[in-house]
Amino acid sequence: MSTATPVTTTPPITPEKVSASEKAKKKLTSPWASLVALVIAVLWTLPTFGLLVSSFRPERAIKTSGWWTFFSDPKVTFENYQAVFDPDGINLADFFLNTIVITLPSVIIPLCLASLAAYAFAWMKFPGKNVLFIAIFALQIVPLQVTLIPLLTLYVDLGIANTFWTLWLSHSAFALPLAIYILHNFIKEVPSSLIEAARMDGAGHVAIFFRVLLPLLTPALAAFGIFQFLWVWNDLLISLTFAGAPEISPITVQLSNLSGTRGTAWHLLSAGAFVSIIVPVTVFLLLQRYFVRGLLAGSVKG
Amino acid sequence: MFAAILLFAAVVGVILFIAGRFTGKRDRVVAYLYLAPVVLMLSVGLLYPGLRTIYESFFNAAGDAFIGIDNYKTIFTDSEQLVVLRNTAFWVLLTPFVATGVGLLYAILVDKARIESFAKALIFLPMSISFVAASVIWKFMYEYRPDQGNVKQIGLINQVIVWLGGKPVQLLIDSPLNTFLLIIVMIWVQAGFAMTVLSAAIKAIPDDIVEAARLDGVTPWGMFRFVTLPAIRPAVVVVLTTIAIATLKVFDIVQTMTGGRFDTSVIANEFYSQSFRSANQGLGAALAVVLFVLVIPIVVYNIRQLRRSEA
Repeated sequence: MSTATPVTTTPPITPEKVSASEKAKKKLTSPWASLVALVIAVLWTLPTFGLLVSSFRPERAIKTSGWWTFFSDPKVTFENYQAVFDPDGINLADFFLNTIVITLPSVIIPLCLASLAAYAFAWMKFPGKNVLFIAIFALQIVPLQVTLIPLLTLYVDLGIANTFWTLWLSHSAFALPLAIYILHNFIKEVPSSLIEAARMDGAGHVAIFFRVLLPLLTPALAAFGIFQFLWVWNDLLISLTFAGAPEISPITVQLSNLSGTRGTAWHLLSAGAFVSIIVPVTVFLLLQRYFVRGLLAGSVKG
Repeated sequence: MFAAILLFAAVVGVILFIAGRFTGKRDRVVAYLYLAPVVLMLSVGLLYPGLRTIYESFFNAAGDAFIGIDNYKTIFTDSEQLVVLRNTAFWVLLTPFVATGVGLLYAILVDKARIESFAKALIFLPMSISFVAASVIWKFMYEYRPDQGNVKQIGLINQVIVWLGGKPVQLLIDSPLNTFLLIIVMIWVQAGFAMTVLSAAIKAIPDDIVEAARLDGVTPWGMFRFVTLPAIRPAVVVVLTTIAIATLKVFDIVQTMTGGRFDTSVIANEFYSQSFRSANQGLGAALAVVLFVLVIPIVVYNIRQLRRSEA
């Protein structure tokens, strides 16, 4: 797939496919358009489906035959899931808990701080506002890799290395530029007449923030909250750098270790992968409306 | 955990309390108060470490002797590092265009279809799972069993090769094939992002423009070329650049699938290997700086395109 596609400045779309896709707009009348869409949908679903099926097959079956033989010879077991939760074995429950402990403050802290900052940028006048806003926006381009080693040294010096604080502080700091940018875009859309009216009524900044803006801002906070939740839950690089110790490392680190040291223990890997997937996918399915809003606010302006 | 949340709630509370004392037109004090924690965290968490890394990239492996630009020389001359650069080029040239192409094609195909939201969720779902889980999923697809006796393939790709009459391939070990197979994982994850943003852009095209073009008898290809594509051009640029930046920084996929062995390393992964495994701090820092330098032009182009589309 990837090797055959030429690199061009326009997206690689062939004329026939597009003419088919235009017909698709008239309620999918063209069978070709349906077929192409179906092929893509299957290609995107099949890998996950295969591993899901495997996670319920007995260890011996996984190691000796492909998951597709499940349909001719269905054997279902929960042993793989029991094995990854074995307290004396892989003990995924503890890592799962670590992930939750890491994630919640890492979402709430930047949300609080960023909404204050976004409010200041959107509705207050002060010297240096533009310079500061551009500076914060520009910090989005700093790759995390650039910051990790000095931060690790700093955490060791502060005596908080190998504690959850390293993860909470790092995730919060790294989230701030995008959080401020997204929240600022939303706050800007609030009609200024609302703010002015509240001011005329004698409301101070705190009252305006809580009574006028916060209710309006809930969808934006949800959007960024989900964004940050998925990002922290799924992170490996920051966790691997700061949380190498098993007592604080999240499920992604353990899964990555499993994948490296037991590359062929597919019964453990498949069950482990689905334990790690279940929470983000649930959050995504329940709240995808907000997630998509956040995505659009962060990438396409307006 | 709760202590941390409470502590930060207290900080915000104190700020709001002080801010509440200033009513009327004294914006300046309140604004600086609101911004203080953010500025503090960004200075300590991003700005200082970034500058520090640039400084350290001019030092040796142990970080105790100044060696000028030797680390950068190594990156651009050492044969192993050149493979890393080559792989990074493959990643950043292929992923954005293929992921955007698939996303755009799919967005057009399912637009206004009856099961549109379900069809979109299928493609979008990989975005919500971790790169680690995605890597496990694809490692299983690529799994190889030696071609002998009664050994059956358990990875789908090799089974398909066998069904087609070929011999199973050590997919993740054969270079440079393995790099392209890792790139497929990234495309698999990112296509949903491209599809979502581009679908929103397509839906934002005013109906009367589409109608007018249709009345003029524009062919479907002409419709795409002269109506759809120009209208969604800014969104396409944003998607391409966002995926390009994400691709440059990708670490998890390489780390989980091959650990950077068998000539699959990229800059983002090599940084980790050099800094934390090979204990070569200087080279690791230099790799991070190269990554930073590569990201800048992409972002600048992105911002310029945004400005132009707004003007």
